[in-house]
Amino acid sequence: MDRRDTLKTLLVGTVGGATLGTIGCKTESKEPVKSNTPTTGDYGRTPSEKDWDEKVFADTFLNEQELESIAVLCDIILPPTPTAGSATEAKVPEFIEFIVKDLPSHQVPLRGGLMWLNTESNKRFNKVFKDASSAQQIEIIEDIAYPDPEGKKPEMGPGISFFDRMRNLTLTGYYTTRMGFDDLGYKGNSPNVWDGVPDEVLKDLDVAYDPEWTAKCIDQSKRETIAEWDNDGNLIN
Amino acid sequence: MQIKEQAKVYDAVIVGSGAGGGMSAKVLADAGLKVAIVEAGPFFDPKDPKTQTQLKFPWESPRRGASTTRAFGDFDMSWGDWKVDGEPYTTKEGTDFLWWRARMLGGRTNHWGRISLRFGPKDFKHKDVDGLGDNWPISYDDVKPYYDKLDKLVGLFGSKENLPNEPDGYFLPPPKPRLHELYYIKGAKKAGVTVIPSRLSILTKRINKDRGVCFYCGQCNRSCQAYADFSSGSCLIFPAQQNGGQIDLYNNCMVRTVTTNDEGKATGVSYINKEDRQEYQIKGRVVVLGASACSSARILMNSKSKQHPNGLGNSSDVVGRYLHDSTGASRQAFIPELMNRKTYNEDGVGGMHVYSPWWLDNKNLGFPRGYHIEVWGGMSMPSYGFGFNASALNEYVGGSVGGYGTKLREDVKRFYGSVIGLGGRGEAIARHENRCEIDPNVVDQFGIPVLRFDYKWSDYERLQAKHMQETFEEIFHSMGAKPLGDMPSKEQDYGLAKPGQIIHEVGTTRMGDDPKTSVTNSFQQLHDAENVFVVDAGPFVSQADKNCTWTIMALSWRASDYIVDQLKKQNI
Repeated sequence: MDRRDTLKTLLVGTVGGATLGTIGCKTESKEPVKSNTPTTGDYGRTPSEKDWDEKVFADTFLNEQELESIAVLCDIILPPTPTAGSATEAKVPEFIEFIVKDLPSHQVPLRGGLMWLNTESNKRFNKVFKDASSAQQIEIIEDIAYPDPEGKKPEMGPGISFFDRMRNLTLTGYYTTRMGFDDLGYKGNSPNVWDGVPDEVLKDLDVAYDPEWTAKCIDQSKRETIAEWDNDGNLIN
Repeated sequence: MQIKEQAKVYDAVIVGSGAGGGMSAKVLADAGLKVAIVEAGPFFDPKDPKTQTQLKFPWESPRRGASTTRAFGDFDMSWGDWKVDGEPYTTKEGTDFLWWRARMLGGRTNHWGRISLRFGPKDFKHKDVDGLGDNWPISYDDVKPYYDKLDKLVGLFGSKENLPNEPDGYFLPPPKPRLHELYYIKGAKKAGVTVIPSRLSILTKRINKDRGVCFYCGQCNRSCQAYADFSSGSCLIFPAQQNGGQIDLYNNCMVRTVTTNDEGKATGVSYINKEDRQEYQIKGRVVVLGASACSSARILMNSKSKQHPNGLGNSSDVVGRYLHDSTGASRQAFIPELMNRKTYNEDGVGGMHVYSPWWLDNKNLGFPRGYHIEVWGGMSMPSYGFGFNASALNEYVGGSVGGYGTKLREDVKRFYGSVIGLGGRGEAIARHENRCEIDPNVVDQFGIPVLRFDYKWSDYERLQAKHMQETFEEIFHSMGAKPLGDMPSKEQDYGLAKPGQIIHEVGTTRMGDDPKTSVTNSFQQLHDAENVFVVDAGPFVSQADKNCTWTIMALSWRASDYIVDQLKKQNI
C-alpha cells in the first residue's frame, strides 16, 4: 500500500484517518500532569508527543451526562453478540472521550448532536434520551440511522448527521481493540512467513496463481540462505 | 552572539542523513575519510524500543493511530511531516506546494515506500524523444554500475522482465501476490496493461549476516527493527561506523549556510544547535549537501558572500528552479467477489507485491511522459478511520446503507478486505518557472530565511492524470470491480495531487555541462565551487516515471567515488 493513499482509506480503513485535526505542539507545563484517565503504554512517542498526550488526557471536554448518553448510543450501535462484547465492554466511550479532545473538530457536532437528540426525545417523550425507555430510544434511532438523500424527513437531518458520526466513532473505537480484532477475524500484525493465498481460499473463489509468475517468487525454504548471483543478475541460490 | 568553531577539521562535512547523505557517508567513511554528518533532527535507530512503533497494536495509541501529531498516523516513522514546528515555508499567491520534511537520523528513508526503480536509458535522454525539458549530461550506462552495486549492498526484490525502459538488476525473489493483487493482475492483463512483481528494497532473503529477513508485518513505514528494509541509518550509516568508519554525528543541528573563503571555496558549514540555540561552525575540505532537494537549495541560496552574491552555486540563477514532483492520482473500487472473506494474515511486505510500469508509447496520447501504477487493498490492520461509512458499499449490492446493531456488525465483516485502490505516479516536465526561492520576509525560529514555493501544474500533467483515471476504470471493469464515487472531473484536475504531495520533489540544483543553465556538473559538483557537492535529488534533470530514491543513492555513490578520487589527486 502506498503510504499516502492510506489517508484516503474511506473504506479500506487503516492508517491515519483523514479527519482534520490540530498538529501536536508542546505544552507549557513541563511537569507530568496527573489524570484520572490512565494513559496507555509506551508506543514510541517523541518528547513533544508525550507532552501532547499528557495535555489531552488532563483536559476535560464531555461531561458525565454526555458520556452516559454516548454509552447508550454506543451499545445501540454495537450491542453484545453471543461471541463478542458490546461497545461499552470494549471501552468505546472512553475512546470517544479522548478523541474529541485530540481532534477538536468532533466537539461541536457531538455536543450539539447530543443536545439535538435530547430535544427530540423531550419533544416526543418528555424525557432526555438516556432516560427514555429502550423502545423509545429505538424509535428515535430508527428515524436517524439511515441516510435520507431524497429529503423525506428534513427535520431529521441534524440527527442523521450526528448519528453518522457516532456510528463512525463507535466502529473505529471498537474495531481497534482486541475485542474488535477478534470479532473481525483480523489475523495479522505478527511475524510470519507469507507464502501466498491459502489454497482453500483460491479454490472457493476459483482463482489460481499463474505458475509462470510464482516461479519467480521466493522459495521460503531458502530465505535464510545468503543471496548470490551470477554476473547476469541471476540468483544462483 | 559568538559563533563557536569546532576544532576538528573533517575531510567531508555531509549535511543530511537520508538516502543521499547516508550513502555518501558510507562511501567516504569506507574510503578512510574523516566524516561529519550534520542532521537537523535527533538520533534514530529502528531497533530502539523506546521509539519503535513496529508491531504495536492500534489500542496502544489512545487515538488509535489517528494523524493528530503525525500526518500519516501515530505509527508512521517520520518525525516531521508537511509541517515542522517553528520551521514554516510559504507559497506564492495562487500556487500550491506541500513540503514533507523528516527531522531524524535517516530522514524520510525511515518511512518511505521502498519502491526501488532504476531509471531507464530513455529516462536520461527524454528530450531526444519528445523535445521537452532537457537531457541529462549522463546516460544509463554511466549509472548502471552503481545501480548494480547498490542492489547488492542494500538489497531489493524484483524479477527479470527484459522490458526496454525498466532495467533489471540483482534481485531477490519477490513475494507471491495477495488475493486482491491476483484480481489486479487479471484486470490489468485484460486491459492491456503490463503487470509485473514489484521492486522494493525489502529483504525477502538474507543478503548478509547483519540484517534480518522480512517477517511480513506489512509495516515498512514504521521502520524495521530487524533491518530487513532499507533505511539510511540501518543500512548505510551504522554499518559504516561498525566497519571502523570515522563518522561523527551532529544531531539536532540545523545548517544555516555553507561557509566560504576569499577564493569562494567552501570551508565548512555553519549550523544552529537546536538544544542550546547557539551557532557553530564545522570545517571540512569538502561539503556534501544531502539535505533534500529543497533544503539543499535553501542552504545554497542562503549562503551569500562577496564571491557568491546570488547564493553559493547560483551564478546561473538556476538554484531552486526546475523543481518538480511526480504526478499522482488515485481511485478506489469495490470487488463484490471479495465480500465475506475468510480471514488470514495477508499483511505481506510493507507495500504492494505487484505493480504496472509504464506500458505505452506517448505518440498518440496527447500528453508527454508516462506513469506507473501502484496497488493497495486487502485485509489490513484496523486503525483510526476503520469502519467509517462501513455500510456504504451496500449501495452496490442492493443492501441498506446505514443502520446499527447486528446488521452493522455484519456489514463491517461482509465488506472487510473487498476494496482495492490504484494510484498513478507519473513524470512531470521540469520547468524553469517552477521553483522554490528564499522568501524575503520570513525566517524560521532559528532566524534562517525560509523557502517560498512557486509551482503550478500544466496541462501535460492534468492530461496525464486524466489518462490515469480512465485507465483505472478500465482495469476495474476488467477485474469485475465497481469504481467508488465519481471519476474526478476536469474542474478537479482529474484528481491530480497537489505539487509536493507525492513527496518526490527533485531538480532544484540540476546537473549539466553548461554552467549557465545548470548548478552542478555531471559528478554533482557545483560549477561555482569545486569542493561542494549535492547528493540528494536536487541534481536530477528529470524525474522519470519512477520513484527517485534508488537513483539518488546510485548517483550519490558515484559522486562520492569521484570525491574520493579528487581528494586523492589533490584536485579539490
